[in-house]
Amino acid sequence: MKHVVIIGNGIAGITAARHIRKNSDFDITVISAESEHFWSRTALMYIYMGHMKYEHTKPYEDWFWKKNRINLVRDFVKSIDTAAHRLTLDQNEPLTYDVLILATGSQPNKFGWPGQDLKGVSGMVSLQDLKRIEEHTQNIERGVIVGGGLIGIELAEMLNSRNIPVSFLVREAEFWDNVLPHQEAAMISRHIRRHHIDLRLKTELKEILADNHGRVRAVVTGDGEEIACQFVGLTAGVHPNIKLVKESPVETNRGILVNEFLETNIPDIYAIGDCAEHKNPLPGRAPVEQVWYTGRMMGETVAQTICGNKTAYQPGPWFNSAKFFDIEYQTYGRVWSKLKEHEDEFYWEHESGEMAMHFVFDKPSKTFLGINTFGIRLRHEHFDKWLKTEVSIDYVMEHLKEANFDPEFFKPHEDDIIQAYKARYPDAKVNVKRKKVLGIF
Amino acid sequence: MKLLQKAGMTLFIVASTLLISVLFLNRYKLTDAALSKAITDSTERKMVAMDLAPMMGKTYDFNVSFNGDIDKHLQSSNKKITSKFEITDQDIGNVLSQFSGQEIRYSTEKISDIFDDSEEGQFKAQKLKDYTSWMHEKEYADKAGLQEHLENTKSSINANIVNDKGYSDYKIKALKLALTRQSGFGPVSENSLLWLLLTIGLGVVGALMYIFPKLELLPGIKNDHVYHSPNSGRGWVGYIIGFLLIGFYVILYWYPEYMTTWMELVDPISMALNGNEASQWFFYGFLYTLAIGVMGIRMIIKYRHSKYQMIRTYSVIFFQIAFAFLIPEILIRLNRPSMDLKNIWPLNYTFFFDYNIENLTHSGSLGLGMLVWGIVLALIGVPVITYFYGKRWYCSWVCGCGGLAETLGDPYRQLSDKSLKAWKIERWMIHSVLVFVVVMTFGVLYTYFTGSSEIAGINTYNLRTVYGFVIGAAFAGVVGVGFYPFMGSRVWCRFGCPLAAYLGLVQRFKSRFRITTNGGQCISCGNCSTYCEMGIDVRWYAQRGQNIVRSSCVGCGICSSVCPRGVLKLENKDPKDRFGEAILIGNDSVKMNA
Ligand SMILES: Cc1cc2nc3c(=O)[nH]c(=O)nc-3n(C[C@H](O)[C@H](O)[C@H](O)COP(=O)(O)OP(=O)(O)OC[C@H]3O[C@@H](n4cnc5c(N)ncnc54)[C@H](O)[C@@H]3O)c2cc1C
Ligand code: SF4
Ligand code: SF4
Repeated sequence: MKHVVIIGNGIAGITAARHIRKNSDFDITVISAESEHFWSRTALMYIYMGHMKYEHTKPYEDWFWKKNRINLVRDFVKSIDTAAHRLTLDQNEPLTYDVLILATGSQPNKFGWPGQDLKGVSGMVSLQDLKRIEEHTQNIERGVIVGGGLIGIELAEMLNSRNIPVSFLVREAEFWDNVLPHQEAAMISRHIRRHHIDLRLKTELKEILADNHGRVRAVVTGDGEEIACQFVGLTAGVHPNIKLVKESPVETNRGILVNEFLETNIPDIYAIGDCAEHKNPLPGRAPVEQVWYTGRMMGETVAQTICGNKTAYQPGPWFNSAKFFDIEYQTYGRVWSKLKEHEDEFYWEHESGEMAMHFVFDKPSKTFLGINTFGIRLRHEHFDKWLKTEVSIDYVMEHLKEANFDPEFFKPHEDDIIQAYKARYPDAKVNVKRKKVLGIF
Repeated sequence: MKLLQKAGMTLFIVASTLLISVLFLNRYKLTDAALSKAITDSTERKMVAMDLAPMMGKTYDFNVSFNGDIDKHLQSSNKKITSKFEITDQDIGNVLSQFSGQEIRYSTEKISDIFDDSEEGQFKAQKLKDYTSWMHEKEYADKAGLQEHLENTKSSINANIVNDKGYSDYKIKALKLALTRQSGFGPVSENSLLWLLLTIGLGVVGALMYIFPKLELLPGIKNDHVYHSPNSGRGWVGYIIGFLLIGFYVILYWYPEYMTTWMELVDPISMALNGNEASQWFFYGFLYTLAIGVMGIRMIIKYRHSKYQMIRTYSVIFFQIAFAFLIPEILIRLNRPSMDLKNIWPLNYTFFFDYNIENLTHSGSLGLGMLVWGIVLALIGVPVITYFYGKRWYCSWVCGCGGLAETLGDPYRQLSDKSLKAWKIERWMIHSVLVFVVVMTFGVLYTYFTGSSEIAGINTYNLRTVYGFVIGAAFAGVVGVGFYPFMGSRVWCRFGCPLAAYLGLVQRFKSRFRITTNGGQCISCGNCSTYCEMGIDVRWYAQRGQNIVRSSCVGCGICSSVCPRGVLKLENKDPKDRFGEAILIGNDSVKMNA
């Protein structure tokens, strides 16, 4: 029986294992150093904040693996012998494979800042990071977070939940404005400040200073200001974890290079998830996409190929979501931080300043290209269909109500949005059917 | 924690401690006045007065010793009565001597001759006749066979003498409660309103002082430190609260004579509402309503970013105050049959009991209307409304048990067990209770209409006593609420409530309700499963893009509220596509039935 070995028990590796099990009788082994069982990295913040315990973040009960004959090994893979199809492990005997899937995830970026390895400095990716953050944020007077992205804002919320004052150093002019258009970036920056976070925009980290015990005492910013703190969170992005592969003949660049079938340059070795880099990314897609959903989809796809149904990775229209403190965010299609040529936009913001929708469309053809929504939930299914069938922005407006996914009784805002849209584009053809009163008029 | 909150918490703890101490403040003295208030029937009163004569005028410092003495005296009276009326071996010998030789044909007619005209003689003769009526004309091969039957009869008669002539266990309990209730005196009796304010009143103020400052936090999900807290995280505070709740229910159901001082506390309110002194049930109803009210305010503040949660909480508060508390009390005041009009069979398992039917059918058109209302609601209302909205219309919008779970129970909702095993146990248990209640109700109705108390060899009275004890009191009360801090807020609703089982069957098989998942947006974080009070592993469905159609879902909407990615939406839609295929949107390489 073919032996499929998967390194990494994150969403990518585990999805691959589950789907290989569904479609085959192969022996499956998943090796991972971080945890005994698959847990949801995306819920890391909730453990720290006490919303959940670690065990609640495990998407499958512990009996699941045995029942589905997925063999779990908790160990660290030290090297790959691609010629002998063999892995050397830290604790266990070497292991041979017929097929190897690399799903090693990513690691926090560190840009060589002086003091970046001091006690009290941590990234935020793994369970070990979580433990370190927990340890180093006991009874402290201030924490500094470096890097304004999705993980940084989560860490800010975490420290805030423990009433630890936070200074949040963000290189950009507004929070995450390398991804979000300036309107939304400004809105989120405001919201961060409402939560009493000391948000320092256009501020970089220069160095981290130590006290006599080798512990963090302060950071120095780009303009020389010293901020006293006892904890520093480094959240300036992540990079593919390719340490293991570096020494092997498997080809890498930023990540492990794969073709559209998620195959590396070595036969029978695949790479999926955060660690993979697409040699020929699809139009409009980045070569390295480090999100939960792409990890899952690569896992689903590679399982098909390994089980004999060779399948190219073909993600549909882009989507993503996040939550910035209390503001939920979803995106469908592409809304770039700066409009591309030929693109036009329509932005609506609620008077509360905590809800917004940002539509982007092709100027000449009026084809709908993407939407960012804040504080209003939208249906993935509708936008997926609309993006695939390339409907017009007018069509989206006309059917916006159908796509609402807010809970019942929530105040609808579509009428306001459509009105504002019509005011902005008076010759737009948006015929919203009025809801019949009592089904009669 | 803010200063105001700290003060509020302190106040609440002081008031709660005081509320418990109040139980030890009164003293007890049996007087003629107390006797005549406690016992309406004059012959009974005379008998009790005689038996309790040694206690008259004596002051007891403790409720326990007072009740101990009542028990002692009534039991010793029971003993005397038994020895006076019991059928002796000699009596049996006399009966036997009426028959001789072989091939005996027993006849009850011979019995009267053996006993004299005294009270006990008459009693014995009557009992023996009644108890042996089934042996009348029966043939026995010899005396030994007859003797055996008579001996058995003797022991059953003797064991039951106190029920007729003395004090049954049931009566002793009732007397203890009534006498203690009337014999208490002391600071609480003298000024019950003041003590009400000092205990429950201050408790409410303290609780509100703790709750209101939360308005200063920005609206949004507020689950910080839920698992760090020794209360909501199954820690020591939770254990203390759990044991206090369990103790409270044990006293309420089985030893109400020890909580008479609490009844006195709410006398002024009871008098104002229904014109009577408060019973233990009035006190319970009052406290229950307050708990839903105060913790309802907490719930509204906590979820003030979610209209669904707010409206739902207004609804449970309204139904508790109006339907469960005020209307029944006002009906009593108007001398009408009192009924919680939203308490539906089979949750309201006494609805089809003979006394309730009698009561309703003898109370004019209002009573009849209530009877019809109850039947229509149970047989037509439940399936029809559940078809349109799912069981949530009742379980998390109207029901009193649900109302308490959604308010007082909210801090504990995450403690429900999400494992597959728990789900299996749940299905067995809740459907067994449903079968039990249906069988019992049929039995009771059978008895009501035919007059026969046995059906297929089972005594319908026993059936309903067992149900009342095991399900009605022990499960619904002691476990249902007492286990909040151990097993979450919906233990009863999930494992025990027969109405939930019934609503659930409709919801599962014929309803427009479902929870829709949003394409491929789930990040498997687990918030939804963790905060599902019914222990549904919501994530299991969400992460494979499958609608959630589960009989147990009470539609509280919390899973949807806590989901950080906007994945879940409670919806009523065309039932055709409700199960749907498990499809995760986003991957065009493969059609994904996860
Ligand atoms: C705090 C946080 C929040 C996030 N929130 C979101 C979000 O809301 N939405 C979203 O889309 N994405 C989010 N992400 C990103 C998302 O979690 C990742 O894209 C996803 O987890 C990647 O999955 P993966 O399976 O590729 O790798 P990982 O989950 O990183 O798993 C890789 C595993 O491989 C193990 N491993 C690596 N090398 C070895 C070795 N040599 N031997 C043994 N084991 C090894 C690692 O220990 C690790 O356990 C978040 C990430 C973080 C850190
Ligand atoms: S599934 Fe959701 S709505 Fe249903 S009971 Fe659980 S938390 Fe409430
Ligand atoms: S549905 Fe929402 S809350 Fe539940 S696991 Fe998915 S993302 Fe988390």
